[in-house]
Amino acid sequence: MCLAVPGRVLDIGEKDGTRMATVDFGGVVKEVCLEYLPDLQVGEYAIVHVGFALQRLDEESARQTLELFAQLGMLQEEFGDPWERAATEAGVADWPFADDIAEQPQHAGDARDAGDAVQEAQQQ
Amino acid sequence: MKYIEEFQDPELARRLLDDIHATVTRPWALMEVCGGQTHTIIRHGIDQLLPDQVELIHGPGCPVCVTPLEVIDKALEIASRPDVIFCSFGDMLRVPGSGRDLFQVRSEGGDVRVVYSPLDALRIARQNPAREVVFFGIGFETTAPPNAMTVHQAKKLGIPNFSLLVSHVRVPPAIEAIMTSPSCRVQAFLAAGHVCSVMGMAEYPELAARHRVPIVVTGFEPLDILEGVRRAVRQLERGEHTVDNAYARAVRPEGNPAALAMLEDVFEVTDRAWRGIGVIPDSGWRLSARYRDYDAEHRFSVTDIATQEPAECRSGEVLQGLIKPHECEAFGTTCTPRTPLGATMVSSEGACAAYYLYRRLDLAPAARTAPLEASPVV
Repeated sequence: MCLAVPGRVLDIGEKDGTRMATVDFGGVVKEVCLEYLPDLQVGEYAIVHVGFALQRLDEESARQTLELFAQLGMLQEEFGDPWERAATEAGVADWPFADDIAEQPQHAGDARDAGDAVQEAQQQ
Repeated sequence: MKYIEEFQDPELARRLLDDIHATVTRPWALMEVCGGQTHTIIRHGIDQLLPDQVELIHGPGCPVCVTPLEVIDKALEIASRPDVIFCSFGDMLRVPGSGRDLFQVRSEGGDVRVVYSPLDALRIARQNPAREVVFFGIGFETTAPPNAMTVHQAKKLGIPNFSLLVSHVRVPPAIEAIMTSPSCRVQAFLAAGHVCSVMGMAEYPELAARHRVPIVVTGFEPLDILEGVRRAVRQLERGEHTVDNAYARAVRPEGNPAALAMLEDVFEVTDRAWRGIGVIPDSGWRLSARYRDYDAEHRFSVTDIATQEPAECRSGEVLQGLIKPHECEAFGTTCTPRTPLGATMVSSEGACAAYYLYRRLDLAPAARTAPLEASPVV
């Protein structure tokens, strides 16, 4: 949870009067609040923690960190299925709620326009 | 230097290490505050690459680990209520309360949901107006601003069925408590980089000067840690005690002004209990008066729950750097990630978990003879 992950802004929109973006974390795409970095632009990188962009980061640093996190399996730790992990830790073979786990992350490789995600989010 | 080839830039790592080895003339004890830094250190064997005179002491910077048992018990009580949807970050699921954890509450029928962001919990509240939605707001200065924004949004949008179970803690009072402890051995701090991304560095010069202790703001990648150690050791050898920023790519001296303003609006400083340590004055936040309606403790009348912590778990000493995880009798025997006694073993950022996961059992006489599970997962 304490881990903050660098991500690249794909698209920016507004939702309930709040500045939101879709952000790509080395292939995993999440919705991120930009209220604390209101002048962040599409294409820029930021350190993101629990869905909030907290500080700008230069592209080279961000890429290096993402690469390292991917190698170390830390992206899986941050974005993987927490129920599955908890079940494994608890030694429970078949977690009975496997179907209704937290929303799974999207993948940038799904070839979906990132703008769609923001639009969808706005419509919710 | 058996691990150095695994560094992202082995040549730079070697140069930093050479510089540290060439600089050190006396023994020094440095505390890394952040649990993420602890994991990097153990995972990459950084403590073993450093000169013998440089000791790294693990600090209290794991938000899951320092959340007091009584707050976990309050969470379990609220999460068990049929009218409640209890939302949490995933790493709180298996933190043991007095008798069980959130994972078990869910298996017993409680509506516990894992969210990525506190804003997800607010969305769940809007989608379920007939239910009470409670978000478990733990964490340091990095996590507090997102939670503050979420409460602010709940008020702005008039969402009445959302509340926050607050257990936020602050790093500088913890540093103060460690430095004023009679058993303190810490001579320099590697400050938690992402906390400083939000808070900036304004709180540290006074601490550094008063305790004559160097404070080096440090990231948590392997090379960041080496650079933080290098700068701290240089100061120690020169008899200096200033605040230095070794993580400038992510930390501005002023921090994040928008986040600081929101923190000041939504929260106010209060005394907080730390698991295994006890109450540290001014070391936490609670909701300020104008947001008091969003306080889950009052809404669900759990303020009276005050659990005593078990004596056999020595995580408090681990968190203060007084003992290393393997020096606890329970480590690797009665306490494992599968059957944790305390949060330092179950949290993915906990020091005990780091030692267990990366098999630093060569250092643990008690644990060496204990049966090990095939693949401990943290």
